[in-house]
Amino acid sequence: MAFTTTKSAFWKGMRDSAPFLLVSGPFGLLFGVLAGEAGLNVADALAFSLAVFAGSAQFTALQLLQENTPIMIVLISALAVNLRVAMYSASLTPYLGDAPLWQRACAAYLVVDQSYALSVVKFETEPEMTVPQRMAYFFGTNGLVAPGWMIATLTGALVGAQIPASWGLDFVLPLAFLAMIGPMLRTPAHLVACFTAIVVSLPATLMPYNLGLIVAGLAGMMAGAQAELWFERRLAGQADPQQANKQETPS
Amino acid sequence: MNGFTPGELWFVIIGLALGSFGLRFAFIGFMGGRPMPEWLMRHLRYTAVAIIPALVAPLVVWPSTTGGAPSLPHLAVAALTFVVGYLTRNVLWALLSGVSGFLLLFYLAA
Repeated sequence: MAFTTTKSAFWKGMRDSAPFLLVSGPFGLLFGVLAGEAGLNVADALAFSLAVFAGSAQFTALQLLQENTPIMIVLISALAVNLRVAMYSASLTPYLGDAPLWQRACAAYLVVDQSYALSVVKFETEPEMTVPQRMAYFFGTNGLVAPGWMIATLTGALVGAQIPASWGLDFVLPLAFLAMIGPMLRTPAHLVACFTAIVVSLPATLMPYNLGLIVAGLAGMMAGAQAELWFERRLAGQADPQQANKQETPS
Repeated sequence: MNGFTPGELWFVIIGLALGSFGLRFAFIGFMGGRPMPEWLMRHLRYTAVAIIPALVAPLVVWPSTTGGAPSLPHLAVAALTFVVGYLTRNVLWALLSGVSGFLLLFYLAA
């Protein structure tokens, strides 16, 4: 679908993101509930979500705070879990980098898994979009998810006291992440990256301070990049070699 | 009653807020529209499909709900969620399967 106005791009982003409310809603609720159980009051929990707006980092910090972890290690671990948003930021830069600084600053706050995943697929498949349309689409993807996250946190913190720990809600978190991964695996190289990361992540949990996550992630990324090159070369070998040399890297 | 004081909590909240914003602003803000090197982009394409599985795998193999003991039912529900997502290419169907499986786990455990 081609956009005629930036406004339609915003609404399209919002519509595309609507299903993610079913993901971020339960996540936000869960954060509110677990924050309450950790002893945070409702205002603390909401301030946490408003200021940080990064689910997995928030969960990590909350978990480590309760385990009497030294405060600097809590901070470094949660930021390490959140390192991926720096990589999201880098991969959005070719598409959004020409927007005004204040827009980029607002966009930076809103870089999360959902907005990144939706936007990068959109920008890749529709290269004719203008920068304002892309920015509008990006903000649109957060139009529901960001307020949803705050409202869910608030609700979770309010009702949290009623939910017994025996429900084992913790396991909903990996399930929600897993549901997101499957549809992202569009090429053989994606599969290689994913399974390398999984295989490395298990022994890497022995590393201190959550560093294993970063190591496994980097291993997966390198494996994916190498696999992409390998599949490309094999494809080029089958096709006309001169034609293959001129071709741009497919993504 | 907990392992942290209000001061420590706010230190973490403020530190995380500044740190997370810094991470997110690092490239969008400072690189602007300058082109990124091809080798970097080739690696960045695999960020999400590497980091998220790396985050999830230990949580599935050693679920916190069982106190970290490996559990076949948990593995099965996780595998179901993943496979449905991969085959249907649809986050919602995957999540629905996962939540159904989770409810089954909950029912079996009760």
